[in-house]
Amino acid sequence: MTIDSMDPEEVDAADILGSAIERREDPALITGDAEYTDDIQRPGMAHMAVARSQYGHADLEGVDTSAAEEMEGVVATYTHEDLHGEDTPEGGSFSLPTGWLLDSLEQVDHPILADGRVRYQGDAIAVVVAEDRYTARDAAEAVSVDYGRRDAVTDPREALDEGAPALHGEDNVAFDWELGDSDATDEAFESASHTVSIDVENQLLVPNAMEPRAAVADYSPGSGELEVFMTSQNPHLHRLLMSGVIGHPEHKLRIKAPEVGGGFGSKIHHYADEALAAWIAKDLERPVKWTATRTETYVTDAQGRGHRTEAELAMDDDGRITGLRVDTKANLGAYLSTFAPAVPTWLYGTLLSGQYDIPAIHCSVTGAFTNVPPVDAYRGAGRPEASFVVERLAHLGAREVDMDPAEFRRLNFVPADEFPYETQVAVVYDSGDYEKPLDKALEMVDYDSFRERQEQAREEGRYLGIGFSCYIEACGLAPSELAGQLGAQAGLWESSLVRFHPSGTVTAFCGTSGHGQGHATTYAQIVANELGIPYDDVEVVEGDTDEIPHGMGTYGSRSAAVGGSSLVKSSEKLVEKAKEIAAHQLEADPDDIEFEAGEFRLAGAPDRSLGIKEVAEQSYLAHDMPEEMEPGLEATSFYDPDNFVFPFGTHVAVVEVDPDSGEIEFEQYAAVDDVGNQINPKIVEGQIHGGIAQGIGQALYEGAEYDENAQLLTGSMQDYAVPKTYHIPEMETDSTVTESPHNPLGVKGVGEAGTIAAPQAVVNAVADALEPFGVEGIEMPLTAERVWEATNGRATTDGGSPPGEGDDEGGEKR
Amino acid sequence: MIPDGFDYHEPETTAEAIELLEEHGDAETELLAGGHSLLPAMKSGLSSPDVLIDIGGIEELTGVTADGGTLTIGAMTSYSDVLDAEAAREHAPALTAAVEQVGDRQVRNRGTVGGNVAHADPASDLPGAVLVSDATMVVQGPDGERDVPAEEFYLGMYATDIGPDELLTRVEVPSAAGAVGTYVKRASPSSGYAMVGVAALLSVEDGAAETVRVGASGVMDRGVRLEGVEDALAGGSVDEETIEAAAARAGEGLDTALMMDDLRASGEFRAQLLEVYTERALAEANADLAAPAAD
Ligand SMILES: Cc1cc2nc3c(=O)[nH]c(=O)nc-3n(C[C@H](O)[C@H](O)[C@H](O)COP(=O)(O)OP(=O)(O)OC[C@H]3O[C@@H](n4cnc5c(N)ncnc54)[C@H](O)[C@@H]3O)c2cc1C
Repeated sequence: MTIDSMDPEEVDAADILGSAIERREDPALITGDAEYTDDIQRPGMAHMAVARSQYGHADLEGVDTSAAEEMEGVVATYTHEDLHGEDTPEGGSFSLPTGWLLDSLEQVDHPILADGRVRYQGDAIAVVVAEDRYTARDAAEAVSVDYGRRDAVTDPREALDEGAPALHGEDNVAFDWELGDSDATDEAFESASHTVSIDVENQLLVPNAMEPRAAVADYSPGSGELEVFMTSQNPHLHRLLMSGVIGHPEHKLRIKAPEVGGGFGSKIHHYADEALAAWIAKDLERPVKWTATRTETYVTDAQGRGHRTEAELAMDDDGRITGLRVDTKANLGAYLSTFAPAVPTWLYGTLLSGQYDIPAIHCSVTGAFTNVPPVDAYRGAGRPEASFVVERLAHLGAREVDMDPAEFRRLNFVPADEFPYETQVAVVYDSGDYEKPLDKALEMVDYDSFRERQEQAREEGRYLGIGFSCYIEACGLAPSELAGQLGAQAGLWESSLVRFHPSGTVTAFCGTSGHGQGHATTYAQIVANELGIPYDDVEVVEGDTDEIPHGMGTYGSRSAAVGGSSLVKSSEKLVEKAKEIAAHQLEADPDDIEFEAGEFRLAGAPDRSLGIKEVAEQSYLAHDMPEEMEPGLEATSFYDPDNFVFPFGTHVAVVEVDPDSGEIEFEQYAAVDDVGNQINPKIVEGQIHGGIAQGIGQALYEGAEYDENAQLLTGSMQDYAVPKTYHIPEMETDSTVTESPHNPLGVKGVGEAGTIAAPQAVVNAVADALEPFGVEGIEMPLTAERVWEATNGRATTDGGSPPGEGDDEGGEKR
Repeated sequence: MIPDGFDYHEPETTAEAIELLEEHGDAETELLAGGHSLLPAMKSGLSSPDVLIDIGGIEELTGVTADGGTLTIGAMTSYSDVLDAEAAREHAPALTAAVEQVGDRQVRNRGTVGGNVAHADPASDLPGAVLVSDATMVVQGPDGERDVPAEEFYLGMYATDIGPDELLTRVEVPSAAGAVGTYVKRASPSSGYAMVGVAALLSVEDGAAETVRVGASGVMDRGVRLEGVEDALAGGSVDEETIEAAAARAGEGLDTALMMDDLRASGEFRAQLLEVYTERALAEANADLAAPAAD
C-alpha cells in the first residue's frame, strides 16, 4: 500500500493530526535553499583541517608542525602540548567525556588531540588553521609525524584474547555486563528437548550521513559569547559536553544546528573536531570553519554494531521457547564514545525477549577496545543486534522442531491479553498485538501458496526462500529516573515551548533536533490540532540552544513519543491559561467553558464564545485579564514519560537465490509495522522505507573491513557499498495500530523500525532458499561470493549434505 | 578530496596537444579527457600531475563515422554520443552494448571511449568489448600515426602501448553488421565497475555459428578473449546446451593464479562468475538472433 501525499490546504483542520500531508521542509531541501553548516560564511573566517593518524596503532615519537607553519596562509597550528601548555587558559578538559557509565566500566582518557599515542587510523594528532580551506588541507598534510608502530587489533573477540595488543591498560576489557537470570537459564537448557545455537557477527557499519560533520564557530570577545553552528542531533547535549571539554561556560555557549543532512546516530556524539573548532575560534578570536571530507567521515564518524555473538535457544517438545542464552563481545573501538557503553548493554540486552514469552534469559556482554574508530549508536543502536540474534534463532528453532517458521513464532508470541508484559530482561512492554502484523504480512505474501511455489521451483533447480522477522523495538528511553539507574549521565525527558504571537500565529520550540525526519511538518500537525488553529499558522523551531528552553535531542526514535508529547503538554498548559482568560472575558466560570476546534464556548450558550486567536491578542493587550494573571500566552513543559514505547511488526522477504552466481533477487518485501498512532502516515512510510533500505544495506552490502594493521580497506564509497536505488526492492508496506497507553498521543516510534527489522528477514530468506544445500545461515553482508561459497560443492537437491562438507572442492560443479 | 595544484592547458588541435606533451616531457603530465577516471584519482591523491592537457575540446577527436566497412569512433567521443549514433549500434554492436553499461547517465555524458581505452582499467567495461570487436587503436605522436591492434594495445593494469608523447586519436572497428552483440556484467555493488563483464558477438548462418567472438573484462589484468568458448561454438549449432558446454570452457587458457583478486571478489569466484556470465551473454545473443530487437 503506497500512501499518497496530501496538500495540507485540502485537509480539514479537524483531521490534520493523522493526515499524510506533504513535508513542508522538502522544497527548500530539494532546491538547495536549505542552509547547512558548510553554507555558513562569516567575515574573516579561517579554515581548520586536522592532521590524522595514518596508522591504526602507534606511538607518536615526534610531531613537527614547522613546515605547515611556514606555509603562506597558515594562521596557526596546534598539537596536544598547545592545549596543555602553561599559558593555555584553564578550565577545559580537552578530553571527551563518556555520557553513560556501567559498574564495571574502565574509563579511559580520550584526548581531543592525541597524547603521545594514536589508537585508530584517523585519530587526531594536530590541527592547522589557514586563510582558506585548500591551504588548510595542504598544511595538514605538511605536518610531519614520526610513528612508532604497534600491533593492532580490530576484532572484539581477538582483542579479548590473551596477548592481544592492549590499547589502554593491561587488556582490552572495557566492561563486563550481564542481564537476566543465569541459573534459571541454565536450568532451562538442562531440561530442554531441543536447542539450537548460532555464532554470528553483526558487522561494523559506517554511518554515511549524506552531509559530512561540520562546524562553524564564532567568538565575540566583547560579550564572551561563543556561537557554534554544527551538525548536531542534540544541541543542548553538545553544549553541555563541549562546555566542559573546552572550558567555556555553558550559558555563554550557543549551539545551533542548521539544516542537518542525516545523522543515523553519528551526530549524537561529541567528537574532537567540533570542540577544536570552537576552542580555536575563541583562541584566535576569529571565526573558524571545519568540514569533514568524505574520507574523514569514513575514519572518524562513530561506527555502528560490531558484535560477535554466541547464542542458544532452548525449546520444549511442543516448540515452546524455554530459554535463551547470549554471549556477546562488543567492539567499542579505540575510546569510549559518548553513549557507547549503553548501546551493546541496556539498548541490546533488554530487547532479547523479542516478541516472545521467554521464561528464562541470560545475556552477558564484554565490551572490547579495538583499533577502530569509537563505536556508538547507529540507527537502531543495540536493538537491531538483539532482534537479529532472536530472529535468526527463531528461524533455526522452527527448523529444529520441524515447525512452520510463522507458526513457531505465533506459538511463542506474548499473547495480546498479557500487556503490559514484563520480560525477563528488565523491561515492560507497554502494549502489543503481535499476531495482527504477522497475519497481515502472511496475507501480503500469499504464504499459503508460497510453499507450493517453492517446492515446484526447487524441482526446476530454482531456489526461492522466505524469511521472517518479527521484531520488537524500544524507543524513547524513559523515565529519566530509570535512565539514571542504568547509568545515563543525562535525563531523557523532552522540553518544549509553545508561544502564541499577538497576531494569532504560533511558534513551537522543541528540544529535539530533526535532521531529516520531518518534524517541521509533524510537530505543526500536533500543535495545530491541540490549539485548533490552521496548520500553516504554526512554525516549528528546533536546533538552537538560545531559542529553545532545553532539550535532549533526536535519536532512539524518541522525537514523536517524547518531543511530540511535550508539545501536547505545553499546548495543554497554554489552553488552560487561555481558557481562564476566555472565561474572564465571557464573564463565566472557567469550569463552564468548553474548548473545541480553537473556540472557547460557554456550555449551554453556544453564541457566547471566543476564538483562541482573539484570546491570544487579548493576552498581549492585557487590558482585561483575570486578576493576578500575567500577560502573554505561552507555555513550557518538561515531559518525562513513564516508560519506553515498544513498536513491533513483521517483515517478510521473499527471495530467489542463484547458487551459481550467488546472486539474490527479491521477489517481494512486505513490511507490516505497528508504530502506534501515526501523526503522518506518509512520513511513517518514508521512515520505514529508508530504514528497510539501510537494513538491506547491512544484510547484503555494507561492512567496514580492516586489514591486520587496522587500516580501513573500505574507506570510500568506491569500496564500501552503500546500497543504491537499484539494489533496493519495491517494498509493500502496511500497518496496524496499537496505541501506546502511556503518552498523550498514543504514538510509539518509527525512525529505526525498518533498520531493526530488515537484516534478519533477508538472511532468513536466503537461508530458507538454500536449505537444500544444508545452509543454516551466511554471515552479513551476504555478498554474492559468500552465498556462492555456502552452496559451492553442495549442489544437491536431495536435502543437501551437512554444512562443512565439500568446503574444499573447487568451483567446478556443472 | 582537494587535488594538488597543476598547470592547465587547453589545446585546440591534436598537433598542439602533441607539442604540449613534448614540451612538458620532463614534468608529470596527464591528458584530461572526460575526467571521470583522472579527476577522482587526483581528488583522492592517487594521482598528482603537474601539468594537465585538456584534450576534451579538440573537435577533430570526436564523432562516430562509418565508412567502407570501418566504424571510426573519435577518442573524445562521449559514451552518450556513441549510444546516440545509429552507425555504432549497427557496425559495432558488442562495443555499443558494453558502452551502454558504463556507470550511469552522468558518467556516460562525460566519460569518453578514448579515455576509457587509454586508462586501461581492467575492471572497466570496454577492454573485453574492444577485443571482441577486433578494434584497432590509432595512436598519434610527433612522428605521425600508428595503428595498434587491440590485442597488442593493452600491456597490463593501467598500462597501454601509448608512448609518453603520444595520444590515442580514434578507435576503428571493422563492421560487424548483421551480427548480434551483447554485454552482461556483474557490477561491484560499491563501485559499479565490472567484477566480471562478458561481451559476445554472434551470428548464425544456416543453423551454424558464423561469427563467435567472446571476451571479458574484470577477470585478468587486461581484457581477454575467451578462446575455449569460441572454439566450442565455432561452426556448430547454437542452443542452450551448446552454450552451456561452451561457457564451461570460459576459464580455459586463463591462469587462475593471475586472476584479479581483491576486496570485491576472489580470483576463484571471478572464474565462477566468468562461466555464469559467459553463458548469459551468449544466451542473450542467441535470443536476440531468434527475435531481433524491434528498434
Ligand atoms: C561514478 C563513476 C562510475 C563509473 N563507472 C564505470 C563503469 O561502470 N564502467 C567503466 O568502464 N567505467 C566507469 N567509470 C569510468 C569512466 O568510464 C571514465 O570515463 C573512463 O574510465 C575514462 O574516460 P575519461 O574520458 O573520463 O578519461 P579521463 O579520466 O579524463 O582520463 C583517464 C586517463 O586516460 C588518459 N587519456 C584520456 N584520453 C586519452 C587519449 N586520447 N590518449 C591518451 N591518454 C588519454 C588520461 O591522461 C588519464 O590518465 C566510472 C567513473 C565514475 C566517476
